[in-house]
Amino acid sequence: MKILTGNDLKSGAVVWWDGAGWSLQVNDAVDVGEDADTIAASEEAARRVNVPYAIEATRDSQGVRPAHIKDRVRALGPTVRPDLTLKPTEPEALDWIV
Amino acid sequence: MTDLGTSPDDVQFRFRDDQMVDHASVTVDAFAAQSNAAAVRIEPGDDARVLLPHLDRIALVEVNFPVFGDGRGYSSARALREAGYTGELRAVGDVGIDQLLNMRRCGFDAFAPNKPLDEADAQTAFDRWPNVYQNTADGRVMISELRHG
Amino acid sequence: MYKYDNYDQQMVDTRVEEFRDQAKRRLEGKITEDQFKPLRLMNGLYLQLHAYMLRVAIPYGTLNGAQMHALADIADKYDRGYGHFTTRQNIQYNWIKLEEAGDLLADLAKVEMHAIQTSGNCIRNISSDHFAGAAADELVDPRPYAELLRQWSSFHPEFMYLPRKFKIAVIAAETDRAAMRLHDIGIQIVKNDAGEIGASFYVGGGMGRTPMIAPQVREFVPLNQLVTYSEACLRVYNRHGRRDNKYKARIKILVHEMGAEEYTRQVEEEFAHMLDQGVEPPLAEIERLRPYFADPAFVDGPKTCDRSDPDFALWVDRNTNRHKHDSYVSAVISLKPVGGIPGDATAEQMHLMAELASKYSFDELRVMHTQNIVLPHVAISDLHALWTALEAAGLGSPNLDTIEDIIACPGLDYCSLANARSIPLAQKISERFAASGKTGELGQLKLKISGCINACGHHHAGHIGILGVDKKGTENYQLSLGGSEAEDVALAKITGRGFDEAGVINAVETVTDIYLGARNEGERFLDTYRRIGMTPFKEALYD
Repeated sequence: MKILTGNDLKSGAVVWWDGAGWSLQVNDAVDVGEDADTIAASEEAARRVNVPYAIEATRDSQGVRPAHIKDRVRALGPTVRPDLTLKPTEPEALDWIV
Repeated sequence: MTDLGTSPDDVQFRFRDDQMVDHASVTVDAFAAQSNAAAVRIEPGDDARVLLPHLDRIALVEVNFPVFGDGRGYSSARALREAGYTGELRAVGDVGIDQLLNMRRCGFDAFAPNKPLDEADAQTAFDRWPNVYQNTADGRVMISELRHG
Repeated sequence: MYKYDNYDQQMVDTRVEEFRDQAKRRLEGKITEDQFKPLRLMNGLYLQLHAYMLRVAIPYGTLNGAQMHALADIADKYDRGYGHFTTRQNIQYNWIKLEEAGDLLADLAKVEMHAIQTSGNCIRNISSDHFAGAAADELVDPRPYAELLRQWSSFHPEFMYLPRKFKIAVIAAETDRAAMRLHDIGIQIVKNDAGEIGASFYVGGGMGRTPMIAPQVREFVPLNQLVTYSEACLRVYNRHGRRDNKYKARIKILVHEMGAEEYTRQVEEEFAHMLDQGVEPPLAEIERLRPYFADPAFVDGPKTCDRSDPDFALWVDRNTNRHKHDSYVSAVISLKPVGGIPGDATAEQMHLMAELASKYSFDELRVMHTQNIVLPHVAISDLHALWTALEAAGLGSPNLDTIEDIIACPGLDYCSLANARSIPLAQKISERFAASGKTGELGQLKLKISGCINACGHHHAGHIGILGVDKKGTENYQLSLGGSEAEDVALAKITGRGFDEAGVINAVETVTDIYLGARNEGERFLDTYRRIGMTPFKEALYD
């Protein structure tokens, strides 16, 4: 599937397009198919997101998994600071990145 | 030859009292070949120093900024002013609020942005810096000289 | 150290207002991201993997206790309680909000700090010798000249849109502690045969994609022409530097393609023209700057200390540098605890370092390009108390210039340019060698890791260098040997095909074993490599 990501313009937080707005959770990301460019352009014009871009991802029982390691790092947080990731109490969640 | 250059109508900011030149500019190459031109347009890759022997008969130099991130025009402008050029030096093209003052400091005294700028924002930008660290072409005395009278 | 006058303060205050205005226009939609990006970069604000990142300038790596306290407060107030000291003697924060950046800059301005030109295609923060003003081997203190150039380069109207970024380093000792010849301009303050002080200019060095060692373009520039000569160097670059390909836009490519001789000829021509253009600050200005960097009030005291505690003695041997006053040393606070993140410091640690600076080092600190902190003037009689305080805070690692003192860029854990992670590798290598107990035996061994070809981790200059690359979506690491950023400057050579993470850690151990087996008395890793060449290492790694 193709999902859309970017950073919140004001806060810089990593966000994922959930079909209606921007979520902090990669698992909320929806398949944007052919609409990636249209959504990206209108959302950027509305200044709700900064430099949005579409990426490949897969969805399985665990949730949405971006194809590239860089976006998995973005989705969860720095592997060297588990306390600062989105799952600070689950250090084993970092295994998902690599 | 195709018309080059901006018309007086395109000039949004001008810091001169003299009459504006109202005819097309020629390229640097054409200028070298054509002896009577009084308006020249410099592109980023041109060497402005080609004009130096002829400064007395030039009334307008346009320096084109096709993209604001290409800063060669700043050096072109200073080279002309350092050589004593006193005619109009017009920045044209992708000129934004945040480039105005640096251009002014390098000797530009007219601005023809390809998209008109907010007048109030531009005024703020021109007036922002009370003092400067460098002597450039705008005649302002640099801080290190102010410190030592 | 330097103290702002009203003019300097007005400049940074005005810059805060300008940046607030730029950010406001971005948030209001008056300018696009394409227009805003170069503006925010010129103020050190990046968009990284997780958030905005702000890089704060620490001019020539020098700061005082109040400034370090302020950096700690910023980490707590605007970030997540820590900061990262960089290979250009700056600090960066990883979790900054655009809407708060203006307030952060205002807080910085209150302690005479800023983020001006810490990124962007302009002249960056001037770096220098971290032992400046303290080292026994320096000719003069290079910092007055660095400060002169800081002011000249700040908001230089001609050079804000250069072909690419531009880094200047200034040193004044034969020992190069600032990677001077790997800068766009490296300046060494020297004395000529007539006994006059001036500057040697080296232009066109750099790391990155195409590493090059800067050739000398002028042996001696008189001090009263330092700024003018720099300006001439920049103008020739601005005029002719390539703009068609950002990977070939650094001045090193220009100097290489044009030839150092032709580049020099054009600089000299421009310089001759500029000499009567009033570019140079009055000589009185350098005289004004010098006293700010005058020696603090050193007092004679003991020249030795009680070394009966072996842990303390080891730290003294490894982490102190000879001072020009023999009752003092410069002490290095290692930000490389075994298994830690190179260059990271928490707000609490920053506060402590600030307190220790005021107590033991005349309120002065320095940031090293190796991502450690220096207390430049510590009385030998205070060393034990200092060490005790550092130990208690986890800052007493005795590993300066050892294989545990690894330079690592933020890598794929933080950086949007990175292809592979750097930090976990540094953590695992330091743990491996600390556990094996070989760190001491290996002596001086500079290991440097970059997570991409941009080489922020200085891998080309590592005795051992590691470059992270992306191999079909997985992290892969290339090993290189024989680099040096010091006065024996050299570029490292790649050993051969890359390794995965576990593989490259083993490879590092393999090459250190070859060194231990082959070294002659007194040889560092680098010396042995230079003597025996790449082949024995290659054979051990790949056969």
